Formats: sequence, structure tokens, C-alpha cells
Amino acid sequence: MLPLLRFLSRAITNNNTDKTGAFMGLFILRRLGVMILTALCLTFIVFWLTNLYPNLEKLAKTQGNFRMSDEQVETFLGNRGYTQSLPVKYGQWIGVLPGYVIEGTDGETRAKCAANRAPTDDTATFCGILQGEWGQSTVFKDDVSTIVGTRLGLTGKLMFWVMMVMVPGALLIGVLAGMREGSRTDRSLSTISIVSTATPEYVSGVILIAVFATPLFGMQYFKGTATSAMDDATFNNFFLPVITIAMYGMGYIARMTRASMTEVMTAQYVRTARLKGVSFPNIVMKHALRNALIAPFTVIMLQFPWLLNGVVIVETLFNYKGFGWTLVQAASNNDIELLLGVSVVSVFVVLVTQLISDIGYVFLNPRIRIS
Amino acid sequence: MENDNYDGPILEIDKLSISFFTRLREIPAVMDFSAKIMPGEALGVVGESGCGKSTVALGVMQDLGVNGRIVGGSIKFKGQDLNKMTQEELRDIRGSQIAMIYQEPMASLNPAMRIGKQLMEVPMIHEGVSEKEAYDRALEVVTDVKLPDPKRMLESFPHQLSGGQQQRIVIAMALMSKPSLLILDEPTTALDVTVEAAVVELVKDLGKKYGTSMLFISHNLGLVLETCDRICVMYSGEAVERGSIEDVFDKMQHPYTQALFRSIPLPGADKNARPLIAIPGNFPLPHERPEGCNFGPRCDYFEDGLCNENKAIPMYPVDGMERHETRCLKFQEIDWNAPIEVGAQTEKPEPGRVVLKMDNLKKYYEVAASALFGGKNKKVVKANETLSFEARESETLAIVGESGCGKSTFAKVLMGLETATDGQILLDNKNIEGTSIEDRDTQTVADVQMVFQNPFDTLNPSMTVGRQIIRALEIFQIGNNDEDRRKRMLELLDLVKLPRAFADRMPRQLSGGQKQRVGIARAFAGDARIVVADEPVSALDVSVQAAVTDLLMEIQREHKTTLLFISHDLSIVRYLSDRVMVMYLGHVVELGTTDQVFAPPYHPYTEALLSAVPIADTSIKKKHIVLDGDIPSAMNPPSGCPFQTRCRWKDKAGASLCESEVPPVRVLADGHQVKCHLDDADFAAMEPVIETPVAAE
Ligand SMILES: Nc1ncnc2c1ncn2[C@@H]1O[C@H](COP(=O)(O)OP(=O)(O)OP(=O)(O)O)[C@@H](O)[C@H]1O
Ligand code: SF4
Ligand code: SF4
Ligand SMILES: [Mg+2]
Repeated sequence: MLPLLRFLSRAITNNNTDKTGAFMGLFILRRLGVMILTALCLTFIVFWLTNLYPNLEKLAKTQGNFRMSDEQVETFLGNRGYTQSLPVKYGQWIGVLPGYVIEGTDGETRAKCAANRAPTDDTATFCGILQGEWGQSTVFKDDVSTIVGTRLGLTGKLMFWVMMVMVPGALLIGVLAGMREGSRTDRSLSTISIVSTATPEYVSGVILIAVFATPLFGMQYFKGTATSAMDDATFNNFFLPVITIAMYGMGYIARMTRASMTEVMTAQYVRTARLKGVSFPNIVMKHALRNALIAPFTVIMLQFPWLLNGVVIVETLFNYKGFGWTLVQAASNNDIELLLGVSVVSVFVVLVTQLISDIGYVFLNPRIRIS
Repeated sequence: MENDNYDGPILEIDKLSISFFTRLREIPAVMDFSAKIMPGEALGVVGESGCGKSTVALGVMQDLGVNGRIVGGSIKFKGQDLNKMTQEELRDIRGSQIAMIYQEPMASLNPAMRIGKQLMEVPMIHEGVSEKEAYDRALEVVTDVKLPDPKRMLESFPHQLSGGQQQRIVIAMALMSKPSLLILDEPTTALDVTVEAAVVELVKDLGKKYGTSMLFISHNLGLVLETCDRICVMYSGEAVERGSIEDVFDKMQHPYTQALFRSIPLPGADKNARPLIAIPGNFPLPHERPEGCNFGPRCDYFEDGLCNENKAIPMYPVDGMERHETRCLKFQEIDWNAPIEVGAQTEKPEPGRVVLKMDNLKKYYEVAASALFGGKNKKVVKANETLSFEARESETLAIVGESGCGKSTFAKVLMGLETATDGQILLDNKNIEGTSIEDRDTQTVADVQMVFQNPFDTLNPSMTVGRQIIRALEIFQIGNNDEDRRKRMLELLDLVKLPRAFADRMPRQLSGGQKQRVGIARAFAGDARIVVADEPVSALDVSVQAAVTDLLMEIQREHKTTLLFISHDLSIVRYLSDRVMVMYLGHVVELGTTDQVFAPPYHPYTEALLSAVPIADTSIKKKHIVLDGDIPSAMNPPSGCPFQTRCRWKDKAGASLCESEVPPVRVLADGHQVKCHLDDADFAAMEPVIETPVAAE
């Protein structure tokens, strides 16, 4: 697969002329603007959902005491700034409005930026996401930012290996299948891709565990849990979760690549190349590949959100305590701050991959680049 | 191949048969096809769409795809049978000894590869030369095909070039390794006439320079006359006549060839005195061919019992002529010199009162300079610049020009699909330039109708033909009830000479010509008084074109319709129009009666256009004017006279004047106006471009 990657990187660096540089700058800037706007909207929605009254009531009761009356809940929330209007709360959370300082009905003064204690001189005015104050997780009793950081790292590791397996595998399958449409290779590879896309992770994961990680079939090559992979990933403990996620995305990308490859292979210019006397391997490598990769490249990047989906399922299934697992924990324990933090990061991951996909598309497709 | 001093025929095709195999049946696309090309010779293959021309070419290339197979005969290239070669050997020959040029230049270049690389590839594969040497060679060939700024060209991607430039690159690519045989499959069909003329000239010159033999595929007889030494006429998978250009053009020996020549408008044809003779019936599909002679059902000389006997007809050599053969059983009995039976002659109708008047019409479009990012610097595209003319009842006004000259914009404004920027359009002295189609009253909409270029995508594919016409009637509020409208619909089918049974057919069950008839029926549903026909026959086959044109003329005579005929094909324009308006980059450069426009004095652009149109008549002498370069983009028009960048008269009129000032409209004779700075003496000194021998008239 190395030549393919080299080819891709060459395609990207080769064409980076000055003119396109300036042009790309503007392009990225505009995209970034749109991205930030989208991020604001999405996080606002999450914020609004987590701050619905029933959620807050539950929060009050878990933090305070379970037998609080409705009025007590009300004052509890009021003293901690929860009853301010939604936009104000959102602004404070983001860190563009000064954090509340409330003199409570119980005589205590609480400031958001002093972790609900009385403010001191060096208490900051602003303390939101932007200032790096992500709040406290109620479940893990730790800073949200630390939790998100470490968990994201773990998931990053998982995703990295997923990508390493999925992308080259999918492209290879797609190109091989699409190279000669209707051949036996094509038909068998296409069947495999359809089956693998059609099987959701919770099914394929369970099957894989049953087959390869239990004594049922006598093929206990791998471990059914990936908890140990968090510190020390080995082929043994990491293969199953990686392949479970990869398989799902692989089928889809492979099919896209195949479709795009078959189309390119019947294009007039491929015929021209053939009639120029170019050999088949060279037709595939030099003439068809780049054109055929334009469409799947976008798809790979757009797969990211779906992969995150799979991450939630697979991490829970294999008990790998990464980002997805954390999300499940946060949601089921009504850990509002953590949930918010996780959402913000997810939104950004998704948007950044989209940006990369757009830029990559422009690089691969000269028709857009210089027009 | 080492035999460089081989001097036998370059290509020898003998009794070649090619079939495509589909799930349903075997489709015999080419049957019993033979041809021979000697060194330096150019063979033209002509025939209608689907007759198997491209299949022959691909057969020679041995590139018939997964379902195509050569089922008989041999193809010898320099004495070696291509059918028996291995893939290896074929690859050696392709691109180095035999090169091919396709119809669509854009599609034959790899969009993601720089031009230079695509060119350099050829010698690098076949001769294993270094990159440096390949680059030098590419540069040389690109210079040879007369492209400006060759270095920059090599650095460009295909989409950065115009259609004409791309086609030159494709030609350059084919010539990179100096092949002995060049196959050209409709190389200029997608190009404008003046660009086509330049490309054809180039191919001819280079063929001479490198001594290349050519197989030139085209549906245009005129083009073949200009480029080839020999010709092969194909009909429904078979070669029906073969011989030298002069023999076939002047002493044809096959009824199909004859019919073909009678259905194309040559100078001298006239819609009233000498109408075209359409070939009756339709082209048979490969699996629906009749027994015996394929042309039988459409042939004037058909003889029952002889021509439809179930037996293959061989090629018969014609005595007394060198290598002239025909596939007709009766060629010796037919009197080839019998005068053409002139069809029904008609009176030229007198043009009536003025129904449509355009006065200083302008249409500008504002476009963003950069499509992807918008931005503030908007550009103005002047699609129509001060258009003024009048059109009368029963008159045919032709609007001629190449791509981007504003023909279609003008039609859109007239139809109300766009509103004018300035000026007036008077329909019966009523201003309509500012009312878009939604705001026009039913009568105006019904009065001004349009027939489109492409019959394939103007009909709703999921509605029967009858239903579509009835819909049009409903829109024009014609008929009091469904019964009335149905009756009227059937009458309209009669009008366009379609069987009434077609009312229940779906558009996909019709041929191109039949669809175009439905389009015409729809346009006349509300008794249109002005019909704008935008290239109504250019998507159709030659034999069908004549029938559709005649139909339009006939309806026009009956209904006293004003016909605005938009076309780039000057032959057909000369045949059917009363007056002609020549446009270039949004300007009307010449306007006059057909006789005035087709005879000197011409506007310099009209002169070039006339010279560019290929004419399928050996007796006609044409002056050779080849325009340099491409048509400028309307986004970025030249200063002064729009034609200034390509005009050969510019120096006479004063180059600086032409470059700085838009010429005024000059009236040369009654009703004849041109937009040019040339003075009267120069106009008077102009010579005719087309010389018809006196005897023929
Ligand atoms: N791949 C294919 N499979 C089946 N039938 C085919 C295939 N290619 C061509 N044919 C059929 O073979 C016949 C000849 O086609 P061909 O393309 O050679 O015509 P042509 O003379 O080049 O037409 P045109 O002027 O439109 O290019 C047609 O009837 C066409 O439908
Ligand atoms: S063989 Fe008969 S039907 Fe065929 S072209 Fe000759 S005369 Fe016509
Ligand atoms: S004005 Fe000048 S450039 Fe334009 S057509 Fe006349 S002579 Fe040619
Ligand atoms: Mg063809």
C-alpha cells in the first residue's frame, strides 16, 4: 500500500504552487468561519438540552439531597446560577460573559469562576470553555478537560489503527474490484464489501468476539476485552476492536472507490491511454487512480462521524475506556459538564474532518483548484 | 516493427465482420467490410449515426470492449494481421504506428494530468527516451499544431484550454511518435465551423508533412471531400459504395449515395424551385435489418423478388473506374444521369406585414468573476449588443453564428425566459421586452413558440406523445373540452406527418426525427405566429434533416408563420431562409437578404464563415480563408471591433481604428447592412468565396 500513500502525498505536495497557496488561504478562512458558526449552533443545542429543567432537577437532587422539596431545588439551582436565562448561561459557559457571582439565599456567595465558592481577588472574571475551564465531572470527580484529554488520546489511538487498516484496505479492495468490472475478483470483493457494510458494529463485534475470543470455535486467538490495550496495545488485545470498526467503514469506502474506479476505467481518456500503448498497470496507476480517488477521499473524511458512532459501541463492547465509553458514562449518569465537554470535542472533530476533506478534494481535483 | 521500408498497403481490411454480444442477441454492427489504404492516402468513411463507422475504427485498434468481437475477416497493418497479434504486440503498435483521434477532445484528455505529461508519455513508452528528450519532442509537436505559447500549454491542465485547443493537443498527441496510420473519428464535430476549418487544415498539412495515411470518419460529405482521396460510404453495417472521391461524388453507383447527396442542401438547392428530397423511412436497427439489400425499404429502385431475396449482396466492381465498387444489384440498369425528379415546386410566398420588431435590444449578464468564491468584482457579459431588425409574416429569418455569439440569448429574451436589459421588442406594436413568460398573456405565449435543438431532452419521458400535445393545448386554452382537444391533437399529428397511432406512444419509442416532429407539433399547438427554431435539425441525421426542414417550410407556407431559424450551418440557411442575420460575439455584423449575404460584398466574418463551411460538391471552388485562433470569450471581448482579433481585412481598414472603435452600422444596399470600418472601395473589390460553375445553374 505504500506506493499508494506516496502517490497521494506526492499529488498533494506537487501541486502546491504559490498562486494556489493564497487562494487556498482564503478558502480555508471562509470554511473556518462557517465551521465556528456551526460549532456554536450545535453546542448551543446540546447546552439547551442538557440544561432542560428535569435534568437540572436531577442534578440538584444528586448533588444536594434526594428529598429536597421543589422550592429547595429552586433555591439550590438559583444559588448556583442555573436559573439564569439560557443565553446568559451559554455565554458564561463559553467564556464570553463574566461568570456569575451570586449572593445566595443561604448567605453564601458563590462565583462560577471560584468553583462555587466565595470569590477571592485572583478569581478570574471569565471562566468558560475558551479559558480552558471545562468544569468538573460529577462521576469521575476530576476536571472535564483532563478526562476529555486522556480519553480522546485513547480513542485517537484506536482510530489511528482503524484508519491504518481501513483506508488502505478499502482503497485496495475498491481499486482491484473496479479495475475490471464484472470480473470474478470484482464480484467476490463487491459481495464482501456489501456484507461488511450491512453488518452493524454491535453485530459484527459480538460475532467476532464469539468466534475469535471464546473457546466456542477453538480459535481463541484474540482477547475479547481491550481494557489492557489502553496502556499497552498489542495485536492480541487490540485487533478485534479495530477490525470491528474498520470493517463497517471499509465496505462503504470500498464500494465508493469501486464505483468511481469503474467509471474512470470506461472514461474516454483511459481508452486514449490504452490506445497510446500504455500498459494496464500504468493505466491504473498513472491515469485512473488519481481521478478515481477524488470521490472516495471525501467519503473517507465524511466517514469520521460514523466511525465515532462505532467508537461508542465498540468501546463499550470491548470495555476500552476511551472517548465513546466516557460519553456513555456521562450520559447515563447525568454528568452535565462532562457531557457538554464531550459534545464540544465531537463537534469539532467532525467539523475539522470535513474541512480536511474539502481541502483534500480541492487538491486532488485540479478543475476546482484553478478556475 | 522493423519493416520501415514496407511499401505495400498500410492498412488492408478484408471482409471484416464485427458483432456485439448482448444478453438478448448478437448485434452484427459491421458486416463484410473491406478497405485498403496506401501509404500517404486518406480514406474517408461516411454514413449515418449507428452505421458502424466507429466500430470499424475500434476494430482496427482491436479495442472493442468486453462484448465486441471480430467474427470474421482480417485486418492487416503493413502486411501483418492485427487479429492474430498478442496484447504485447498490439501495445507496441498502438500509439506508435497507429494513433487515433476521437470526437470529444475534452473527454479524451486525462483531466488530472498536465498536458505535457500526457504528451511525453508516448515516446517514453514506445522509444524509451529520456524525460528531457520527450519534453523537447512534445514542445516541437505542440508548436507544430500551431498552439500559442507552447511552454505554458505543456504546463496546463486540459480544462484550461478551449475546445479547439484541446483538439489540437489530441492531434499533437497522436503525432508524437509519427505514426504511419492516423484514425480520426469525427474529429471536429464538437467544434465551431471556423475552428473546424482550421483544425482540418492542420490535419491535412501535418498528414502531408509526416506522410501519414489516414482513416477519416465523418458524417459530413463536404468534410470528406476536403480531406480525403478515397471514400467509403457505409449504410447499416455495410460498405455500400467505395471509390475515389471524384468517382463517388460525380459518378455514384449506389442509390443510397445518390439519395444522400440529394438530401443535403448544396448551393443551387432552393426551397421553392428545387426542394431537397428526403430519404423516406428510417434507418434499420442492426437486429431489424430487412432481407436482401439493407437499403431496400427506402430505395427508389427497389425491385421485388430481386432486392429482397434472402442472399448476401457482394460488392460489384464498376467497370471503367479504378477501385470503384458498389453493393447494388441493379447498378448497371439504373440510369444514373436521369435528371432529378423535382419535387412539388411551390410559389415563394410574399412576406406580409411586420409582426416582430426589435429595436436596439441589449441583454447584459452580470457574472461573478470567480465562480467559487463570489467576490465583489462582477463582470458584465454583453450577450446581445444593440440588436435591431424586423421580421415579417411568412418570412424566414436565419440567425447565424458560432458558439457564444448570443443566438440563444436572443431567443430566450424573445421567448420571455429572460428580460431585456435595454431596447424594445415589439410584437404587433406591443412592447414585450420587459415581460417575462409568467406575466405574458396566453395569446402572446401561444404566438411566440420555440422548437429546440435537442429533441431528446425537451419531451417529458414519462408522458405519452398525445398527452404532451394536449397539455400544450390546455395551456393555450384551446378547445372547450377534452374531446375537442383530442381532436385537435390528432390534427396536429397529421400536420407534422406522424401516424395518429403515435399519440399513445412514449417518447423513447420514437426516433430522433420523430421526436423533433412532436416538438414542432407542440410549438404549433396554439397556432404560433412566430416560431423560433434553435438549431432544430443539427442533432439529427442527414437523411432525416431534409424531412424535418421541409416539414417546417410546409407548415410555414400554410400558416404564414414567421420563422426565426437559428443555425450555424450555412448550407441549410442558404437553402431555406429569406433573410440572414450574422452574429459575432453579441453583435449583428451583417444583415441582409440571403442573396446579399451570400454574395460579395461580405462582412469579413461572413466571408470567413462561408469559406469554412465544407461543401460536398466537387465542381465548386472555394476561396481558402483560415481564421487564426479561437472565438474570444464573451466575458473578455476584444476592444473595438469584436472580430478584430481574427480579421484578415483589418490592415486595409486601419488596424488602430478597428482595435479602438466599434464600427458603425453601414448600409451597403437596400436592406443590406454591415458593421465594419472597411471603406466602399474595399467592399466593392471583394471576390466571391464560393464559385459555382456557370453550367450548373
Ligand atoms: N458496446 C456495444 N454493445 C452493443 N452494441 C453496440 C456497442 N457499440 C456499438 N454498438 C452498436 O453497433 C452499431 C454501430 O455503432 P457505431 O458506434 O460503430 O456507429 P457509428 O457509425 O460510429 O455512429 P455515430 O455516427 O453515431 O458515431 C450501432 O447499432 C450500435 O448500437
Ligand atoms: S440492391 Fe435494390 S434495393 Fe438495394 S440499393 Fe440496389 S436497387 Fe436499391
Ligand atoms: S471593422 Fe476592421 S476588424 Fe472589424 S471586421 Fe471590419 S475590417 Fe475587420
Ligand atoms: Mg461514431
